[in-house]
Amino acid sequence: MRGGHDLGGRQGFGPIRPEPESAEPVFHSEWERRVFAMTLATGMLGQWNIDQSRHARERQHPADYLAQTYYENWLAGTEKLLLEAGLLSAEELEQAMARAGEHQASRDGQGARAVSKREMRIPGPDDARKILRSGGPASRESSSPPRFAPGEQVLLRRKLTSGHTRAPAYAQGCSGWIRACLGGHVFPDANSAGEAIAHHLYSVCFDSHALWGADAESFTVLIDLWEPYLEAFDAESDRCG
Amino acid sequence: MSRNHIHLPSETELRAKALESLLVEKGLVKPATLDAIIETYQNQVGPRNGAHLVALAWADADFRQRLLADASAAAAEIGCFGRQGEHLQALENTPVAHNLVVCTLCSCYPWTVLGLPPAWYKSAPYRSRAVSEPRAVLAEFGTEVSEEVEIRVWDSTSEMRYLVLPMRPPGTDGWSAEQLSRLVTRNAMIGVEQALLPGQLTS
Repeated sequence: MRGGHDLGGRQGFGPIRPEPESAEPVFHSEWERRVFAMTLATGMLGQWNIDQSRHARERQHPADYLAQTYYENWLAGTEKLLLEAGLLSAEELEQAMARAGEHQASRDGQGARAVSKREMRIPGPDDARKILRSGGPASRESSSPPRFAPGEQVLLRRKLTSGHTRAPAYAQGCSGWIRACLGGHVFPDANSAGEAIAHHLYSVCFDSHALWGADAESFTVLIDLWEPYLEAFDAESDRCG
Repeated sequence: MSRNHIHLPSETELRAKALESLLVEKGLVKPATLDAIIETYQNQVGPRNGAHLVALAWADADFRQRLLADASAAAAEIGCFGRQGEHLQALENTPVAHNLVVCTLCSCYPWTVLGLPPAWYKSAPYRSRAVSEPRAVLAEFGTEVSEEVEIRVWDSTSEMRYLVLPMRPPGTDGWSAEQLSRLVTRNAMIGVEQALLPGQLTS
């Protein structure tokens, strides 16, 4: 979906103003640390995948997404996933918020409904370390050969979807060249809907002028795109040039 | 005006605290697990890993070949593997090509070799502009790339993770990998800067 997150080429955000590398902490406050860790730890419960997690952040109102800081968006996404998975209720969250506001120490089980006993393992610290060390490759065997070959010209299809996609809006409708075939990878659009199918992934090369017009700086943009996003290039369908 | 990412609204702090208490009460999260996750990314996994990798590639032509052929495997040789590094690719800067990495859709970043991304990498100004005016972006980092050099911007839209292999600075003949690694900044491995020159080392 073309939400607040789909930022390539949007204007008006101003200069970058980076903190000096030597002075920047990994986290800027304690709550950021906790939100980062809660997001990873709840992800390890296996109730949603990485694309569902990204989509939960992207589905926010664009004004909220853009106004919030990075970890505020993570917090909003994690809450949404927990609510939608039925692991927490909105009422429980409200009550916990009220208690936190009153600086009350939480009492065991106070206001919290027991989670139904589904197949779910709660990771301990060693489990978490192991999961982080192991990672989870996204590459998958694909049953069909790749449709496109390096050097071939392709068009990134325009597509308006309310679902999750990794085809950035700024390059949709533009043509580029296949740089490399990267093999079968889990297809995010389907994965975010809970269907773990794979499609060939390609590194596609775009000329800056195809993306931004004749007056743009000259450079190349390389975008990783899945086969269903692409079609064979046909001069008639090139609407960017 | 861009929002910086160190702003701390108390409402958010409360929400985070409320969520954590609730998750712990319900037995969905163990506090020691949260601590282990934080410890991993606060203290263990960070850009010194990537700097070590780059320095090895500068010092050892065979390792450089292995890094360019399969960066995940090369990183595993020095113990860097795991989440957000499963499909790592090294991008070689040369006298004719300069690489720059961004994630316009979120914040994809090679955690195993660089740790967690800096706030600016996740910010709207960087994510919006890196793919539309990279030379202007580089200039904001004080980096001038001559007009003859091709700028290649890599938008990390998949689970591929990109690490820039900067050019080895002149005046470093005979340096050990350990010495060389001090010239490799995180920003050079994202591609917004060049590696440091020997004269730029502070100590």
